[in-house]
Amino acid sequence: MTMRGVVASSAGAGETPRRSLEAPSPRYGEKAIKVFLAACGGLSVLVTTGIVLSLAFGAIDFFREVPVHEFLFGTNWAPSFTPSHFGVLPIVTGTLNIVFWALVVSVPVGLASAIYLSEYAPNRVRKTIKPMLEILEGIPTVAIGLFALMFLRPLAADVLPFLDWGGVHSIGVAGVAVGLLIIPLVASISDDAMRAVPRGLREGAYALGASKLRVSARVVFPAAISGIVAAVVLAVSRAVGETMVVLLAAGARAQITANPTDSAQTMTAYIGQTATGEIAFGTVAYYTIFAVGALLFVMTLIMNLFAIRLVRRFREVYE
Amino acid sequence: MTNHLTQEIARPRPATAGDVEEAPAVQHTEISVRPDEFRQRGPVEHKEKTFELNNVSVSYGKARAVNDVTMDIFHQNITALIGPSGCGKSTLLRSLNRMNDLIPSARVDGQLLYHGADIYGPKVDPVQVRKVIGMVFQKPNPFPKSIYDNVAFGPRTTGIKGDMDEIVEKALTRAGLWDEVKDRLDDNAYGMSGGQQQRLCIARCIAVEPDVILMDEPCSALDPISTGRIEDLMLELKERYSIVIVTHNMQQAARVSDMTAFLMVELTADEKSRWGELIEYDDTTKIFTNPGDSRTEDYISGKVG
Repeated sequence: MTMRGVVASSAGAGETPRRSLEAPSPRYGEKAIKVFLAACGGLSVLVTTGIVLSLAFGAIDFFREVPVHEFLFGTNWAPSFTPSHFGVLPIVTGTLNIVFWALVVSVPVGLASAIYLSEYAPNRVRKTIKPMLEILEGIPTVAIGLFALMFLRPLAADVLPFLDWGGVHSIGVAGVAVGLLIIPLVASISDDAMRAVPRGLREGAYALGASKLRVSARVVFPAAISGIVAAVVLAVSRAVGETMVVLLAAGARAQITANPTDSAQTMTAYIGQTATGEIAFGTVAYYTIFAVGALLFVMTLIMNLFAIRLVRRFREVYE
Repeated sequence: MTNHLTQEIARPRPATAGDVEEAPAVQHTEISVRPDEFRQRGPVEHKEKTFELNNVSVSYGKARAVNDVTMDIFHQNITALIGPSGCGKSTLLRSLNRMNDLIPSARVDGQLLYHGADIYGPKVDPVQVRKVIGMVFQKPNPFPKSIYDNVAFGPRTTGIKGDMDEIVEKALTRAGLWDEVKDRLDDNAYGMSGGQQQRLCIARCIAVEPDVILMDEPCSALDPISTGRIEDLMLELKERYSIVIVTHNMQQAARVSDMTAFLMVELTADEKSRWGELIEYDDTTKIFTNPGDSRTEDYISGKVG
């Protein structure tokens, strides 16, 4: 508006308007804010690097004492016993067991609720359920662990009396509890991914006489697959990293087993238990924590890379 | 007066856009559709009625979008719905195959018959309605799948029996797309041009063998060459199907349609809000050369809207 005024008046006077094109001030404030924002971004990178390095140094000290192959392929895990054994496989399989049972519960239930929320639920229902799901996600994991130990485990023994329920700890029950914990994660992210599918695609399918189920399963679901895979990968990461539930409900016996009623230690449970116990700085047992931590890190890293490739391959691009 | 007007329009003359505006000889109307744009056609044959709309109104929640439309839509005709934005022509079109059901607040009042059967009857399944009454949308919306799977989606959905390869080829051929895509049926449909995508959507629609095709501004996102192809396609498809098309392009309505309905945004009875109303519905030639309502004339000649 001002500009038009200037042009008009100067045009009237018959002069070319001359207005400075240089910045009126050096804008120090803007530069400072830019530096601050960059520093905040850099901080998380720095912290990640720090964690990786601390894990790496500890792990290197560990591998000075224990050969890598003995650690990776050994089947006997007894780091604090004498004689000690450092075969990590029992606690790795413990973790995989938990992940398996957690996915068995969380993926079908999570995806089904996501399809319900995004395709079927009336707006009002969705607005009520989604925040509730997100609250469930925020329940302290120690509470879920107790719930698994005190409630789920006896319930499982009642419902499935024909199974051989040995002690109070059970990988199956712990895995199911972890699964309950991550249902909201799977449901919420998948719901977002499916709702992001353009309305036009749904209408196109409906206009061909497709039922709601078919539209959801054959059009919306495949179009959202990259988001759904991301949800599952996050769920796996969460299950791998979950500590408190497995510490309470899966027990501390490092053993290779596929039986869900057995107890088994996971990698995280080992770290949690050992790090909170009495442990002498500089001993092999101390460095073991770092080695297991580093292995956990590498496992999730590989999984994430794998997932990224998977997403790229199966992605159905839409405009 | 009206006869004079018709002759004025029908007489061939070197036509430019400016020419029409400058011609003061045409007294009370300046129709922006040029005579050479009318398709050669005989008198419109009114075969059996495909749709009968009796006092149809469509509302979204409390707001009424279209009020009290009564019209018949005929078999093997192309019926065009024209009118300014917000006049409810898309809403009306979408009520014909119950696409409005997907919007929770939408409600249809009045009677809407398809070959005598109430489309909104208690036993009618909207999924079944849409198998019989297909739809092509404004923005090409192929699925993010291969060209083949796009066409096969509908037949697989409806459970049409037969050789799927054959069905796909037939649909793509009828949509005039087969020669362009026969060597890349497994490619993703998003690699096609906009015009090809829209013809794919038409192929996808006719693969289900509907009786009626509803088109909601099918060419508004396309260039003139693709538009021409789709218009030719519509004229071919008309031999088998009834087509109802919503268009903002009056030349297009004049070129392809047999019947034209003009809708307009009007004040409601209490003058507090606006809704769409059907102003005039007649043979396309009559609407464009000798409209019965001055509002139609004003709109077609570019005075309003």
